Amino acid sequence: MIKKLFAAVLLVFMAVMFYQLYSNITEKSELSGVARGYAERGASELGTQNIVTSIVVTYRGLDTLGEVSVLFIAATGVAVLLRRRKEDEEYAAPSKRQSSEILQTGTKLLTPIIVMFGVYIFINGHLSPGGGFQGGAVIASAVLLLFLSDVNYKINHGLFNIIESFSGAFYVLIGILGLLLFGANNFLDNRILPLGEFGMLLSAGAIPVIYSLVGLKVGTELASIIDNMKKD
Amino acid sequence: MELQHGIIILMGIAMILSAILAMVVKDLISSVIAVGVVSLFASIIYLLLQAPDVAMTEAAIGAGLSTLIFLYALHKTKDAEEEND
Amino acid sequence: MNIIHIIGFILMIIGFWGLLTQKNMIKIVLALAIVETGLQLVMVTFGFIKGHTAPILDSSELVKGAAEMIVDPVPQALVLTAIVIGVAVNALMLTFVIRLYQKKKTLSITEYKDLKW
Repeated sequence: MIKKLFAAVLLVFMAVMFYQLYSNITEKSELSGVARGYAERGASELGTQNIVTSIVVTYRGLDTLGEVSVLFIAATGVAVLLRRRKEDEEYAAPSKRQSSEILQTGTKLLTPIIVMFGVYIFINGHLSPGGGFQGGAVIASAVLLLFLSDVNYKINHGLFNIIESFSGAFYVLIGILGLLLFGANNFLDNRILPLGEFGMLLSAGAIPVIYSLVGLKVGTELASIIDNMKKD
Repeated sequence: MELQHGIIILMGIAMILSAILAMVVKDLISSVIAVGVVSLFASIIYLLLQAPDVAMTEAAIGAGLSTLIFLYALHKTKDAEEEND
Repeated sequence: MNIIHIIGFILMIIGFWGLLTQKNMIKIVLALAIVETGLQLVMVTFGFIKGHTAPILDSSELVKGAAEMIVDPVPQALVLTAIVIGVAVNALMLTFVIRLYQKKKTLSITEYKDLKW
């Protein structure tokens, strides 16, 4: 009873706090400060059409590196906590029913197309909405479809580990290359490759390369999280 | 503009109702699906807020992958409910 | 567009209410997911400017007058990262729930009294 009272009092406090916040919001009519700078310089300085991509990959590239590390640590934590022990294996062997013929055939047909779509999303990250994180999620959903169609499907852990660690390592290497070529505060600079023509697929310097590496890394990490959650 | 406002209010009501439903309902699977519905409506609102990048991320990750991860977790903790029944 | 701020705040309050009152551990994680969604809605709405378009410069007028024509891209970039981190953290929390369940065979948080004095 007293717990419920505490909860109610806390929620009322929170509502009052949110009301204060809400009544102090003034609606913006133009960009200000750093956002204006990004909007004005993004196209000419980096050659990207998508300003969000230019912020995520280049202007705030260090933050994205941190985020990818958090994702990696979370995936590792899931794998460590759910690792299979010897005695569990005998316990967990339920009768495995095969999935239906339609699902199996459909999966064979659709998986390559879904993976291709994911790759399309992250290669075009600097031109259209989307990028490494969205493309990685699409690739992970292709792996999920494989799990659903075949109950005994096992992902190739060696291949996944190689893709994940190499894309992470190359990501950091590209960042350090910017430091070496352009001096102290140019970590993850995209000018290490030529900027190219504005609006073309192969433009914006290293941004497509970086976002592809991020996409591969995120895709393999999310797939390995799903794989670990699935094991019974 | 007015039509958009109406759509946003309708979707907001739907989101709030499904969020309450997710907390109130006893069946865990319905609860997980209700949270997925909240994410899906959120992704449509992001699209109306001129944030297509965020809308894509929310639809692919928030509504898709995260719902499935919850369902796998439910599957792994399933025999609890059977014992309690 | 102020209405979306209200929706986001109400979602956050519903989420916190669930967090404080629910007994089932999976429902607690779900409540946190609702709080995340509400917070992300509020943050994206802070960057919205009426009459401006998405931050994708696909025409030459947009490239010239970008600062006057697009919505704020910084909150969008922040929320993009927050969503991806959110799902990874949810997966980690669910993993802890699964491990606790394997120990005691129950999902009710009131059964876990080992740290209670």
